[in-house]
Amino acid sequence: MSEFAALVRRDLNLAFRQGGDWANVAAFFALAVILFPFGVGPEPELLSRISAGVLWVAALLAALLSLERLFQSDWEDGSLEALVLMPLPLELQVLAKCLAHWLATGLPLTLIAPLLALVLHFDTAGMGALVLAMLLGTPVLSLIGSVGAALTLGARRGGVLLSLLMLPLYIPVLIFGVAASEAAAMGFTPRPHLLLLAALLAGSLALAPWAAASALRQAME
Amino acid sequence: MSRPSPKLLSCQELACRRGGRLVFKGLDFALEAGGALLLTGPNGSGKTSLLRMLAGLSPPVDGRILWRGAAISRDFAAHHARIQFIGHQDASKPNLTARENLVFWTAMRGGSKSGADAAIETFRLDKRADWPCRYLSSGEKRRLALARLLSSPAELWLLDEPATGLDARARSVLLAAIEAHRRQGGCVVASTHVPLRLNRAKNLSLAEFMVRGPA
Repeated sequence: MSEFAALVRRDLNLAFRQGGDWANVAAFFALAVILFPFGVGPEPELLSRISAGVLWVAALLAALLSLERLFQSDWEDGSLEALVLMPLPLELQVLAKCLAHWLATGLPLTLIAPLLALVLHFDTAGMGALVLAMLLGTPVLSLIGSVGAALTLGARRGGVLLSLLMLPLYIPVLIFGVAASEAAAMGFTPRPHLLLLAALLAGSLALAPWAAASALRQAME
Repeated sequence: MSRPSPKLLSCQELACRRGGRLVFKGLDFALEAGGALLLTGPNGSGKTSLLRMLAGLSPPVDGRILWRGAAISRDFAAHHARIQFIGHQDASKPNLTARENLVFWTAMRGGSKSGADAAIETFRLDKRADWPCRYLSSGEKRRLALARLLSSPAELWLLDEPATGLDARARSVLLAAIEAHRRQGGCVVASTHVPLRLNRAKNLSLAEFMVRGPA
């Protein structure tokens, strides 16, 4: 398993040395959310009503922003070719890269979400559920995203294609993420929605690395 | 079970297609332990494609590639464990230092940091080892890529234009490394445009197998 750890460590190392990628994602998320009160007006009731939706839509778009780079730079400099030939199965390598991607993007998003929720007058009763839902939902974004990133590898204007491919697949995360956060804010139990998010996570953990790995092998031929 | 064949690597009736065009066909060769094969031929004759096929990266349209008599397509994972493929790209990250790059690739093949350090010394990169790779010259990056050969052992080396950008001294280090690898029973297949002086190396000119005209 030390190979798995080595790959996660390298990708994290690269993410923090380059800085741009993950800082971009967090900044986009923060800006998009902060702009909303200016756009729709500062009434607390209105903001509080749309807050969960705004947070999730912004988080989803922010995650999408960084996806294109997931395999792109490895593909351009020949690293991907070398990685495919490593003894560690490609499926596990995809999983390692998704974990690093989530640690560099999804986790920061989850951590700043409660602060931004306050800006939108999100009911503090729902804060726990919001964080929990993001902890379950953002890894799904990285995992499903890896399939799209692998499929669009080498395509010209892959970014546009990637967004078109990914957005429909992200909608279940959006729906259950918002539902969990809103249910808790309104005093209902968020449990069923969190369980559905957990199911999405379990499903994509099992399927996405496998699908992305075969797409990468295709891209290598 | 059949007797293990003395041939380590052999190809039978190999054909390659790229972008819908047949590049070469009817390619046969065999290498025994300690063997070296130099691929020559004009641009576009399929040297890189052949190396990628030997690595198992892309399947041949026709023919078979055998390792000790068994088709490599039967177990790609085992095949990948026994090869080191150094493509024409150096696969180094500009934001990592030379040493970090090499330690990473070594760790991915289960090697140790000391192996990476020794390889850095052999390829005379010790003065540059802690510089980010973006400050390295192309020859130094090439040496760093080649250092992967020494940092974690493999039976078959597949080298795509290994001497490109190397100065005379680095080239002699490379040749010495290849000869040492062959003495230990390893095999080398290298494509090259510049003459590589290896002992008893076979030459394979892909020009002879090229398919001309529409196919």
